[in-house]
Amino acid sequence: MDINLLTVDSIRTAVLERRTTASATVDAFYQKIEAEDAAIGAYLTLCKERAYQQARWVDAMVGRGDTLPPLAGVPIAVKDVLTTKGVRTTAGSKILANFIAPYDATVVTRLEAAGAILLGKTNCDEFAMGSSNENSGFHPVHNPHDHSRVPGGSSGGSAAAVAAGMALASLGSDTGGSIRQPAAFCGVVGLMPTYGRVSRYGLIAFASSLDHVGPFGKTVKDVALMLQSMAGRDPLDSTSADVAVPDYLAQLEGPVKGLRVGVPQEYFGEGLDPEVRAAVEAGIQELAKAGCEVVPISLPHTGYAIPTYYVVATAEASANLARYDGVRYGMRAEGKTLSEMYCRTRDAGFGTEVKRRIMLGTYALSAGYYDAYYLKAQRVRSLLARDFDQAFAAVDVIVTPTTPTPAFKLGEKADDPLAMYLADIFTVTADLVGIPGISIPCGKSQEGLPIGMQILGKHFDEPTLLRVAHAAEHALAAKLA
Amino acid sequence: MVTEKDVSDVADLANLELTDEERARMLKDLNSILGYIDRLNELDTSNVEPMAQVASRYGTSTEVEANAMRLDEPRASLPHDAALRNAPNSDGTFFKVPKVIER
Repeated sequence: MDINLLTVDSIRTAVLERRTTASATVDAFYQKIEAEDAAIGAYLTLCKERAYQQARWVDAMVGRGDTLPPLAGVPIAVKDVLTTKGVRTTAGSKILANFIAPYDATVVTRLEAAGAILLGKTNCDEFAMGSSNENSGFHPVHNPHDHSRVPGGSSGGSAAAVAAGMALASLGSDTGGSIRQPAAFCGVVGLMPTYGRVSRYGLIAFASSLDHVGPFGKTVKDVALMLQSMAGRDPLDSTSADVAVPDYLAQLEGPVKGLRVGVPQEYFGEGLDPEVRAAVEAGIQELAKAGCEVVPISLPHTGYAIPTYYVVATAEASANLARYDGVRYGMRAEGKTLSEMYCRTRDAGFGTEVKRRIMLGTYALSAGYYDAYYLKAQRVRSLLARDFDQAFAAVDVIVTPTTPTPAFKLGEKADDPLAMYLADIFTVTADLVGIPGISIPCGKSQEGLPIGMQILGKHFDEPTLLRVAHAAEHALAAKLA
Repeated sequence: MVTEKDVSDVADLANLELTDEERARMLKDLNSILGYIDRLNELDTSNVEPMAQVASRYGTSTEVEANAMRLDEPRASLPHDAALRNAPNSDGTFFKVPKVIER
């Protein structure tokens, strides 16, 4: 069996029909990881014991002729910002280098209950802060399509693992684009569900009003299958929404004729790479051919999204990261006084970007600047939300490029934080307003680098979002082959 | 304009010490990023409500549910030994930290 041809959708049947076993599949994936991950760096920790135990459970169900759960035998990777009981969970930070989580994140519990097999934990920017994975406290991740380039971030390891065939699907987190941007750079599908759709219990917090958990996969159907097993109210997360979970597969392959696709002019202006523009415009043409009505729209406050995001996200981060103080878990650097111990621990444990964001957020929340920065950004956040309310009164989905350029070189933006922040210019707004978004591959540059197309939907309207993404994926399949 | 004193004050608030080199870099970066953030002042937001979170705005929760309270019922919690297992220093009952009170 060629594991490169497997999908989330096909493995369950392969196991059910005894063409392979879950244990043999796990063997094959670990062999691939051991042969290929040294050059990519997608994984931080492998959890073989746990994976084989789960595989034996799936194989025993097959042996007994039990009905198999929906993700039976699916080998997955999980971003290291999600806790896994008994398995090292670092958030990509030295401050948690030896942290063994005492409980599982709800998404991990749910996916394992659905039969998925956790192969390991993936590399990411420290505390999910970054757009290139270069801020990992351990080592960078290389883009599987070109090892001299970044995989995107912050969920770079999860995107690269799927792109390189070292997992069939994976989990990432998205606070400003951290699922969709690496999905675009690595040529895979990445879905950020609606805020509140998926539990965040066990997600190491970065910015709580913006953090989302979502899946990566090779196809739109694969991420729909993953979401089906992840979504829904969780009593352990008070921000998870009490909204019924629809059947995401029911209308996935349905017609898109008559759906209105909004194309915001602000996303196609200055700074957009010509090859990205051409590929996304071609993708929009395919949707038009499939019967969608393409509607030019305006999201007038788009240019204010990045500054709004970097106030809101850093303010929340400065509060969330106050817990890393060397007392209850994580590393400690000794000091003569409690205060000295706190400072030395945080100085030694946090990397440059994390310190920069803590400083920025602390500044924005400090006396005298709170109104000018934090409150101001929250008011502009309302304006951004209004932009989308107005747009969605006239259209069903919105289509844009996921990123302004294909994957950039390692080191290219490492010394310029502002340039790095602008890599998320097309993705941050969806986080700020809480709507779902997906990135699907829509072409390649002349250099062979993947290009992503972003589709944004209405709150909790993942079914329409996925249906349009599926239609575009199939229309574009011939071009991408 | 952020000054060296601001960097020092904010580092204190954030429980960071920072080396001289880091402080110089922080001064430069914060001014560059805050300069970019200043473009928010181009917008008149005097009649716009601040938006702190998403849920209540879209009717997925009422204001009450946005501040969700669970029933006050006992339930299983993390066992004592599991809670202490990751502690850098503990005596088996409590977390241990450097002495806070001089006497």
